Amino acid sequence: MAMILAERKVSGWIQDRHGPNRVGPWGILQPIADGVKFLLKEDLIPDHVDKPIYLLAPAIILVPALVTCGVVPFGSSITISGYEIPLQIADINIGVLYILAITSLGVYGVVLGAWASNNKYSLLGGLRSSAQMISYELTLGLSLIGVLMLSSSLSLREIAIQQGSYPWTWNFLIHFPAFLAFTTAAFAETNRLPFDLAEAEQELVGGYHTEYSSMKFAMYFMAEYLHMIVGSAVAVTLFLGGWHFFGLETVGGPFWSGVISFGIFFAKTAFFLFVFIWVRWTLPRFRYDQLMNLGWKFLLPIAITTIVVTATVWAFTQSKLLVGILNVVAAFIVVAIVATTLVMTREPEPVDDRDILSFTDESSS
Amino acid sequence: MIIQTIMFYVLAVGTVGAGVMVIASRNPVHSVLFLILAFFNSAGLFVMMGAEFLAMILIIVYVGAVAVLFLFVVMMLDINFAELRAGFLQYLPIGGVIGIILLAELVMVFASGAIEIEVPTNVASPTPPPDEVTNTQALGDVLYTRYAYLFQGAGFILLIAMVGAIVLTHRRRTDVRRQRIADQVARDPKAAVRLTDIEPGAEGTWKSD
Repeated sequence: MAMILAERKVSGWIQDRHGPNRVGPWGILQPIADGVKFLLKEDLIPDHVDKPIYLLAPAIILVPALVTCGVVPFGSSITISGYEIPLQIADINIGVLYILAITSLGVYGVVLGAWASNNKYSLLGGLRSSAQMISYELTLGLSLIGVLMLSSSLSLREIAIQQGSYPWTWNFLIHFPAFLAFTTAAFAETNRLPFDLAEAEQELVGGYHTEYSSMKFAMYFMAEYLHMIVGSAVAVTLFLGGWHFFGLETVGGPFWSGVISFGIFFAKTAFFLFVFIWVRWTLPRFRYDQLMNLGWKFLLPIAITTIVVTATVWAFTQSKLLVGILNVVAAFIVVAIVATTLVMTREPEPVDDRDILSFTDESSS
Repeated sequence: MIIQTIMFYVLAVGTVGAGVMVIASRNPVHSVLFLILAFFNSAGLFVMMGAEFLAMILIIVYVGAVAVLFLFVVMMLDINFAELRAGFLQYLPIGGVIGIILLAELVMVFASGAIEIEVPTNVASPTPPPDEVTNTQALGDVLYTRYAYLFQGAGFILLIAMVGAIVLTHRRRTDVRRQRIADQVARDPKAAVRLTDIEPGAEGTWKSD
């Protein structure tokens, strides 16, 4: 199991690298070269840092990212010589809550690393990141509730099984607004573009990891990629039907069906990771107030609306089709309302600053 | 079973130790970190009692949100430690008296066995067997049926508290200079640029005040 996990991580890591083409064929060995380089670099600890916390912070960010992998089911099950091995490390019955709980710890690695570095740029990055992650965590959690209500289970495996084999029965159609909100919030939680205010190079040098070098920087780096992978895997499990695809997962014997299901899951996750990278190079960074507006005034109302609509419609009609349609309609209405109120109340009677800046006509008198 | 006992003592000692360190550590940021450690250990205790839902909620709410805000505030504060130490001895008698009263109350409660008063009512409405119903479902069953009004009431109280906090702290600042893009775009050279014809050698025609 650990091997599969490691394999997945390395693969996900390579995905982001289009450039390197010198180490090995097509630069396949580049990540290994990078890892070796990180290990061999001088491990510098600046003066006046809060040493215990400074050393602890990279571990705090990396460990939660690693342990969330444990509950993601990345395939049905493999039967090897009579033993059926489920492709999941631990199927705990509150898997979704576990993931939410553990991902909420990631913010400590950033904030503590930033604070312990004793560097004002780091601190600014840490503050931005904590405000951002708290704001988007709400959306992340609330957007899942609709899914949880209809599947009436908190176990990731159970939710994935219930979605069935065909794309039109997957959750992302039934809970489309929630899916969008979840994806956006997942982007924000990983601190990647367009939400990378925490490390905005142009403003904050390196943000929270300015003072980190060598392997400790690599740990931050790995944690970011792990967050991406975990976020994609969770999105695939909850919204894109997990390892199901047109009944392909039942093809073949007990061994090969497991392998195929893993392949399907892997392909979906890889697609999601590709979207991550795609978005990174497509969208520019948000301004801070835009970031907060998006989180609190658009995504959060959408997430709450999906809960209300899903609960009401499901209680009265029990029709997933209707839930799906009305979710989208309600989300549109909410966005329209929010947008119009924002436009209506945008300018709160601006101060006439010409009294303060007397650079106009008075000078001639 | 032995492993469970060992784990219980590890977690319990961890909780108490972290709680002590919250008060004892000199750096407020370290205090918050020990508080988080205490939360974690108590979440572990919850898991050992089979209350995994409560454990996860404890981590999501307290560690994931409340403690982050603590940390946020504490990191921004500039606390003078010498001043804090000076006040310690001054308030020691009052604090000591309150502590002794609390301790006495606890001892009295334990000594009289008053904790067991609740037992008959609890037996009348027993919890569902843990093997059949997960405690998430069990909690939901009780919370949204028997205690639905209380639950809603708690929600309303929190909403009122939130609105109140926003009303108390929200004020519109009048001295902020906002950027008005429309004005900037609408600016034309006639209003903005003034051409003056200054005769060479003339004095006093250009006043800078």
